[in-house]
Amino acid sequence: MSITLDSQVPVAAPVSAPVKGYWQAVFSRLRRDPVALIAGLILLIILAMAIFAPWLAPQSPYSTSMLNRLKPIGTEGFPLGTDELGRDMLSRLIYGARLSLLIGVMPVVNAFVIGSAIGIVAGFVGGRTNTVIMRIIDVFYAFPAVLLAIALAGALGAGLVNSLFSLTVVFIPPIARVAESVTTQVRNYDYIEAARASGARSLTIIRRHVLGNVLGPIFVYSTSLISVSMILASGLSFLGLGARPPMPEWGLMLNTMRDAIYVNPWVSVLPGVMIFSVSICCNMLSDGLRSAMDVK
Amino acid sequence: MMKLEQNSLGMASTVLPSRDRGGLAQPLLSVRGLHKHFIIQKSGFGQQAKRVHAVDGVDFDVMKGETLGIVGESGCGKSTTARLLMRLLTPDSGELVFDGDTVGARGGISLREMRRQVQMVFQNSYASLNPRMSIEDSIAFGPEVHGLKRTEARKRARKLLDQVGLAPNLYANRYPHELSGGQRQRVNIARALALEPRLMILDEAVSALDKSVEAQVLNLLVDLKQEYGLTYLFISHDLNVVRYISDRVMVMYLGKVAEMGDTEALYEAPAHPYTKALISAMPSMDPNQRTSKAPLAGDPPNPIDLPQGCRFSPRCPVAIDACHIEEPPLAPCGEKHSTACLRAEAVMHDRAQVIATNQELS
Amino acid sequence: MNQTAEIVAPQQDQPLVQVSGLEVRFKSPDRTVHAVNGVDLTLKRGEILTILGESGSGKSVTLRTLMRLLPERRTQLKGQVSVDGRDVLAMPQRELRRFRGRTAAMIFQEPMLAFDPVFTIGQQIAETVCRHEGVSHKEGLARALELFELVRIPSARRRLANYPHELSGGMSQRAMIALALSCRPRLLLADEPTTALDATVQIQILLLLRELQRELDMSVIFVTHDMGVANEISDRIAVMYGGRIVETGKVGEIIAQPRHPYTLGLMNSRASGELKGQRLEAIPGSPPDLATLPSGCAFAPRCPYAIDTCHDSVPIAHTIEGQHWAACHRLEQTQP
Repeated sequence: MSITLDSQVPVAAPVSAPVKGYWQAVFSRLRRDPVALIAGLILLIILAMAIFAPWLAPQSPYSTSMLNRLKPIGTEGFPLGTDELGRDMLSRLIYGARLSLLIGVMPVVNAFVIGSAIGIVAGFVGGRTNTVIMRIIDVFYAFPAVLLAIALAGALGAGLVNSLFSLTVVFIPPIARVAESVTTQVRNYDYIEAARASGARSLTIIRRHVLGNVLGPIFVYSTSLISVSMILASGLSFLGLGARPPMPEWGLMLNTMRDAIYVNPWVSVLPGVMIFSVSICCNMLSDGLRSAMDVK
Repeated sequence: MMKLEQNSLGMASTVLPSRDRGGLAQPLLSVRGLHKHFIIQKSGFGQQAKRVHAVDGVDFDVMKGETLGIVGESGCGKSTTARLLMRLLTPDSGELVFDGDTVGARGGISLREMRRQVQMVFQNSYASLNPRMSIEDSIAFGPEVHGLKRTEARKRARKLLDQVGLAPNLYANRYPHELSGGQRQRVNIARALALEPRLMILDEAVSALDKSVEAQVLNLLVDLKQEYGLTYLFISHDLNVVRYISDRVMVMYLGKVAEMGDTEALYEAPAHPYTKALISAMPSMDPNQRTSKAPLAGDPPNPIDLPQGCRFSPRCPVAIDACHIEEPPLAPCGEKHSTACLRAEAVMHDRAQVIATNQELS
Repeated sequence: MNQTAEIVAPQQDQPLVQVSGLEVRFKSPDRTVHAVNGVDLTLKRGEILTILGESGSGKSVTLRTLMRLLPERRTQLKGQVSVDGRDVLAMPQRELRRFRGRTAAMIFQEPMLAFDPVFTIGQQIAETVCRHEGVSHKEGLARALELFELVRIPSARRRLANYPHELSGGMSQRAMIALALSCRPRLLLADEPTTALDATVQIQILLLLRELQRELDMSVIFVTHDMGVANEISDRIAVMYGGRIVETGKVGEIIAQPRHPYTLGLMNSRASGELKGQRLEAIPGSPPDLATLPSGCAFAPRCPYAIDTCHDSVPIAHTIEGQHWAACHRLEQTQP
């Protein structure tokens, strides 16, 4: 037989509305947020600095010179002064971006992967499994982040890899918690029920229906952790648990320069300024992302 | 105006009647002794667990090709019943027989296969679509899960979109938030159809739509039913719509069937005082005959502390002593008409005296 | 109520509510939503007017404008709104606070949102009475009890001690009505107060509102999308579509002899038992997007009688009989 769809024909949509995907909509919103844009731009510049350090840095970050110790900002040949061993501050800051960004970002990336996996499984399965997983997570949560990081790094011994590892452990619980709560929320939507009703297996449902809807919020939350991670990582280096001298790393530089603060305060705070700007830019970008992703 | 051949979706081989097994006389779905209790407070020291008797012993058959309407107020268990049928919830007890095969039993039909043949459309058209998936992908998801290649599944999705009145080249790549409520519900219907189900459960599927759009979707549902030889389970609180679309109607109250029968028989001469109250509580459409007295006082109670005897007896205007003692079973009260009421005879013929003037519930 | 009587007396023949040329726009960086586009409305004292319309018709926005409940920063308002002789749009904040509750009060679809979950219902009503009328807490409680009896809440004294979550749907709706009536408003605004209720409870609330309106001689503006509800409650109905009133008249006129094609379409597309087995005469298409309204009549794209004029110019109101009018270029087509 034939169907006459007389009543349905003119359901013409507003044809003018451009068909765009979710991420396109997010980025078009983000582009109209000046604060997030500027923050993103600064982060990009610092990232470029890290990548192109050998070409950008005027001198080697390791070459010491006893004659040029603790020069102030604006000295001939040392635009940002020198440190206590006479190394060029500008070069060390540029090279320092590599290590500092690495130990700031890597733990969050690792924790994002592991924490999301734990949280999504706990949230999707629910029930007793959820309770068990989340209570274990809570144990880690009970320690203050700084203390946990120091304790772990201390127990494992100083070193870059160990500090990366301990920071990862610190960030897994909060990310898992957010992932769990977002997933629990999504799990109760009708479209998940509809997918179950179509006979799909849990793994398929997670892959096709859950991930796309939960990764966004978890990602936004994780970006806000980068600033914390930067500061913690610098803190570990400052305490001698992370990067080791003579590596150029902002936290470590802040530590070694702290005696010079009375001699040459402006140069001494420069690594701190870098840490501060990266963290605040990360936070602003993540704020911007959050509101841009809140399409509906 | 478009014509669609029966096999236009490339599913002729599996479409009725070849899938039919037991003949028309065999119900498509038989439900026996369905129970679902939710425990809201665990039992503790000397305390009994608090249970919500969401569905409390429900039996019914859905015949092939009919539309069975389920009506009732909040807490009557109609939506829980729908979810139990789809096994989105696990029943505490009860048996489902799908076209002669027991669901989930040895030698019966598997849950996965049953789910393919029974599909559901939910009330909230927005929440039932994945906001990050294009319309086309949402519809194609089901067939893909059941092994259809992605390109084939998309082709089917586009055909279905066309069939529910949404031009595929305009809509296939859109996202749910770009559509109106009526359009989204069409997509949900297409998604349900994509698995070539035999039974569609429509859980308040038109309730959230604007009145001017509701009629379109009802027309569409009627058309699709004819086209595919579908059977509908139509759940709604809107008695007008249920009367329009259903062949038979089942009235539920506090997790049980209060009355069941052919639509017109039931609306013309309701045998259960609750059905009667529901019908007279419908707002009148005649300005000269407005309602002057509410048929029932108070709210429908929670299905937690059930009264002794008939569940409706505390609110019932015609209850007699016997009603407070024993729960009446569902018994025939006419041709293809049954009710769970001791006073059915009197209610049907309007002879029941109002014993207690609606005592206010407190 | 005697203290208000003397203020009211000289204006008794004036309509209580007068809205003219009301336009409401919501601005956001992405788009401008034209929620209300020129609404003229009068409400006599002691009258129940229903604004009937579907989602996005502007009915709730119009209602909220009467109490200036819209977010001030994002909203652009144009036109005149006067309630009880006072200009609502020009009112300073302090006067506005007194106006809300004493002159006009509102009830909503979700009664739970009107109450604070950590205080008992009685405390909250008493507190409202104390604040507005400057009486003691004890008198406030006495008044709360009076109000509970007024809205026919059984065992009122006991119910006053309940917390909001302990009340059922219908009971909390009654409690919200009591709260709204606590300062004896002259105008009650009701925003779909029965939509979330079960059928058997809905009719109780409708009947209660009708009785209260008579007893207290209030004026009521009732917003709904349900024609049956509109028929049960109203004296007069105004049908809204696309942010404009397209037809208004006495309840009998609108229900029995609708003339605007949209109202007509709504009536004809209703599913009912008599139409069983027949196709419904559905209105094609979907409601307009308020960010991209068509230039002419908002209903024209869906209208079976539309001609070029309809797409070009917004129709003005044509009187049909007495107070019954419709805004349509093609009224001759819909003559019965």
